[in-house]
Amino acid sequence: MFIVSNLPACAGVGFKPEHFRDILAAPQPLGFFEVHAENYMGAGGPPHAQLGALRERYTLSVHGVGLSIGSMEPLNREHLMRLKLLCERYQPESFSEHLAWSSHNDIYLNDLLPLPYTPQTLARVTEHIDEVQSALGRQMLLENPSTYIRFSESTIPEIDFLTEVSKRTGCGLLLDINNVFVSAKNHGAQPLAYLDSFPFDRVKEIHLGGHDEEVDEVGGPLLIDTHASPITEAVWSLYSHVIARAGALPTLIEWDNDVPDWPTLRHEATLAQNILSDASCASAA
Amino acid sequence: MSAMPAQFEMSFADALLNADRPVPCGITAHNAAIPTRRFAVYRNNVAVGLRKALQSRFPVVEKIIGEEFFAAMALVYVREQPPRSPQLTTYGDELPAFIAAFEPARELPYLADVARLEAARTRSYHAADATPLGADHFAGFDTDAVAGIRIDMHPSTEIVRSPYPIVTIWAMNSGEQELAPIENWHGEDALISRPSPQVEIRALPPGGAAFLLALAAGLPLGRAAEAALAEEPNFNLTGNLAGLIGSGLVRDIVFPQPKK
Repeated sequence: MFIVSNLPACAGVGFKPEHFRDILAAPQPLGFFEVHAENYMGAGGPPHAQLGALRERYTLSVHGVGLSIGSMEPLNREHLMRLKLLCERYQPESFSEHLAWSSHNDIYLNDLLPLPYTPQTLARVTEHIDEVQSALGRQMLLENPSTYIRFSESTIPEIDFLTEVSKRTGCGLLLDINNVFVSAKNHGAQPLAYLDSFPFDRVKEIHLGGHDEEVDEVGGPLLIDTHASPITEAVWSLYSHVIARAGALPTLIEWDNDVPDWPTLRHEATLAQNILSDASCASAA
Repeated sequence: MSAMPAQFEMSFADALLNADRPVPCGITAHNAAIPTRRFAVYRNNVAVGLRKALQSRFPVVEKIIGEEFFAAMALVYVREQPPRSPQLTTYGDELPAFIAAFEPARELPYLADVARLEAARTRSYHAADATPLGADHFAGFDTDAVAGIRIDMHPSTEIVRSPYPIVTIWAMNSGEQELAPIENWHGEDALISRPSPQVEIRALPPGGAAFLLALAAGLPLGRAAEAALAEEPNFNLTGNLAGLIGSGLVRDIVFPQPKK
């Protein structure tokens, strides 16, 4: 059996334990919650008690950050089995991971690191996603990365790379619009041009989050993907553009650091939901 | 000529963990041939991310030595013993041993044991769930049978023995107890367990740790009591047994096989 990613085309929120009481206190007008897989790989305890309660009430998306799909080394089988166990336990409506690597030589570096885009890395990523999907018995979504540097050996544009992986493996794409904005600014490119050539028909989820702005040594913008602040106006406007073109899509608000109180986070989700609702009304009219 | 597929990864990873390495070859930016500042974002992400993982697991150690000292120590630890698994909730199991041998922390001989307590606390937090047996399960045994039973301990049970008052130090630095000079400086054995959703930490009475460790090793109750008595002549079996049950440490009772 192959379970296809299936989130509702509504706004959802990345779950943080500090919001658990607020969330359970009243029904939340949200399409889904998303959790980081690696936080729920212990045997038991409060994390599972909370996730169980959340799962009973809401649609669930499991988002991995440690599988290292973009690595040239073999996947960590133990970690893949932990993911499988988690998916079997909670039966999430969707599972997603990143076009990035995070482990090398058995060392886990705890960051989403970039890879060159070449025929060789394309073949490797394809193999890894085939392996993940067959181990989990489900379709996964692959997220476009936020990057700060480029590789001189890259020969394939990022969108072509993602599209080809999706074609070869049947994986869906997770379009992180904040990542698009961060990467475009960091590489002196236009985020709108990137988005306008993105294969929206393969997108099954959108991520929105905040970033920090710094400068590099020559005074150029250096945007950092921190998920520690509200979504910027520029990213909201790109999001509206995407929804107007692609139609309503499941949309997650990510706020992982300097986590705000629950009403502040829910407000961001309401803003996204308003944009989604406008799109649904427009298409119905 | 393109590089071998894995070469970018090796030089990248190496330069991340060693700040004195230059930006690896083949890494560029649209406005700089050698994007030092941009590469530093990755370096910083790795260092800060792993330090935060340790901070969240060892908050009392950080409180005792201060943020700056902890950050400097974490930097050395991360370089010497980077995580081997993406499951970061288990990262830092070796930090207590590292602290014990860490020269700059030598003036705080109890620090390693406080770290052992904190590592045990997280293990207990993530341990498998189980419903502890209630006191009624222990009623009506005859005395001979009691000596032969074995206890299947709750999976969240952890014991940390120390020649320092680690439970008091932990309580005072975690907000459980008011910070004050410790008048009676003596060793404390910590019992860490999670019979309810919350992890509980308490100091064991004399002989208690020997008793529980013997039970956890699979010895029958009678032998465990002997082990405790060898350490503490005034060991109170009834009181410790009641404590064992009352603290929710018993997942199951295993009765001896009847003699043929």
